[in-house]
Amino acid sequence: MKFLPTVAEVLRQITKTPATNIFPAKYLPPSITGFLRSVGEGKASIHPPIGTPPKFRGKITYDRDTCTGCKLCIRVCPANAIEFLPETKRVRIYVTQCVFCSQCNDACPTGSLVMSDEFLLATEDRYAEEMIVE
Amino acid sequence: MSEGAGKKATYNLPIGPIHPALKEPILFTFKMDGEVIQEVDFAPGKAHRGVEWMGMRRNPVQIVHLTDRICGICGVSHSLAFARTVEQIAEIEVPERAHYVRTIIQEFERIQSHILWAGVAAHELGFDTLFYLAWRVREESLDVIEYLTGNRVNYGIIQIGGVRRDFTSDQFPRIEASLKYYEDLLGKLLNLFLDDKSIGLRCRQCGVLSRDDALRLCTVGPTARASGLNMDVRQDSPYAAYGDLDVRAVLPDQYLSGTNGDVYDRIVVRLLEVPQSIGIIRQCLDQMPPGEVLWETKYAKILATCKKAVGEAVGRVEAPRGECLHYVRMDGNSNPHTWKVKASTYSNQMAWLKILQGEQIADIPIIIASIDPCMSCTDRVAIVREDGTDVLTKEDLTRLSVEKTRRLMQ
Repeated sequence: MKFLPTVAEVLRQITKTPATNIFPAKYLPPSITGFLRSVGEGKASIHPPIGTPPKFRGKITYDRDTCTGCKLCIRVCPANAIEFLPETKRVRIYVTQCVFCSQCNDACPTGSLVMSDEFLLATEDRYAEEMIVE
Repeated sequence: MSEGAGKKATYNLPIGPIHPALKEPILFTFKMDGEVIQEVDFAPGKAHRGVEWMGMRRNPVQIVHLTDRICGICGVSHSLAFARTVEQIAEIEVPERAHYVRTIIQEFERIQSHILWAGVAAHELGFDTLFYLAWRVREESLDVIEYLTGNRVNYGIIQIGGVRRDFTSDQFPRIEASLKYYEDLLGKLLNLFLDDKSIGLRCRQCGVLSRDDALRLCTVGPTARASGLNMDVRQDSPYAAYGDLDVRAVLPDQYLSGTNGDVYDRIVVRLLEVPQSIGIIRQCLDQMPPGEVLWETKYAKILATCKKAVGEAVGRVEAPRGECLHYVRMDGNSNPHTWKVKASTYSNQMAWLKILQGEQIADIPIIIASIDPCMSCTDRVAIVREDGTDVLTKEDLTRLSVEKTRRLMQ
């Protein structure tokens, strides 16, 4: 190990599986959208995505029927991502503003707010319909 | 240097605010004599984000998650220091088990931060193979942190009065496996960093900070310890569970024959703090008492207690880079009246003026990186004036400090 310590390391890399997640396709397809279409039609298969760990903090879900409108979530939200709607006494959550701390989940006395496993949330529109939970 | 060379005209060499040799924005101006640095000046304040301003418009329960984002690497140190100030003001008794959970997560943070720094140091020396190796082995600590807290960075585990996630005993084998991984690795890391000829040639007797200068410039953390100062907040004024544990400051003369205060000693101190952290986590896992991890699970009561609190307090935490200090003053409103954050680099950055003097241009990156600077955490003020003057003298600063203290006292 004293001399050339990286040689053993490099040799070991040959048989090692990559540390990163596997790319969905085996080889880079000529057209990503075309490949995804054929996956949708069942003609091609992809490597399944890596599962989320337990207690994962993904996109927030909101049960407006059990919510009592106590506004506690608004008071604990560090990013001020939650807005109160006085007409219906319910809240509206802007996911693009959310920092995924799940503090509102802990604070909610009725358990109306729960973090889901959904994490593919990149968008160009801050006010896209799927980015506002109410 | 011959006498003739000294008479040659000096020239100024600016580096920054944005420069590949720097990891964060800061402007250095070197007065050069050939290849040798004669004088150093630097202007921080290029990454001011107004974190304190944001904090004064939020309540403590919200700020805890803002403090996580002050620093991307030592995030839990800031949250912990802030939570400790609010707990002192509101006289909240933190459960014993929460102290241990906080200690474990802080030590994992120290492991990942020091290995990150070791990789950066190797990169600044031009030893990129070692940089990749260090950052690859750092992944293990990030994986454990993610497993325990749910996030790789910005852990969001600290809460006023405890922690938000408990560590269950079925998680202990994973923690132990990670500690074993680093223990096995340590000999290799020490060998690669400390026995390497080129690292020795570049780092020994380079960027020397004497013990007196370290004391006079109020340096903290590994930078101070590398100069032989026996100081560590965990040892000198224990917080969290450190009072129950055996923690001694790591000094370079425990490994080398003497203390030089050079870059090499800073590498030694940081690398030797990794086995120290492993030992601390082992002690925590053995001694962890059962019980609750949060003082009060009803958030309405935490908010009400924080709102009622009146007073001021200081929270000190030994972050991987040194002492991190938070000052909070609450006056009975839900938001703090004043919040002051002093990151460890604020204390350490003045050492640059000393340690860069008389060094070569080629050594600038490693000497700047050797105090592990974190500029975005440090920048608390940016002066914007129409007449273009943005330099405050010592007298100006003293006057402004006195004025601010008077304002606080009203």
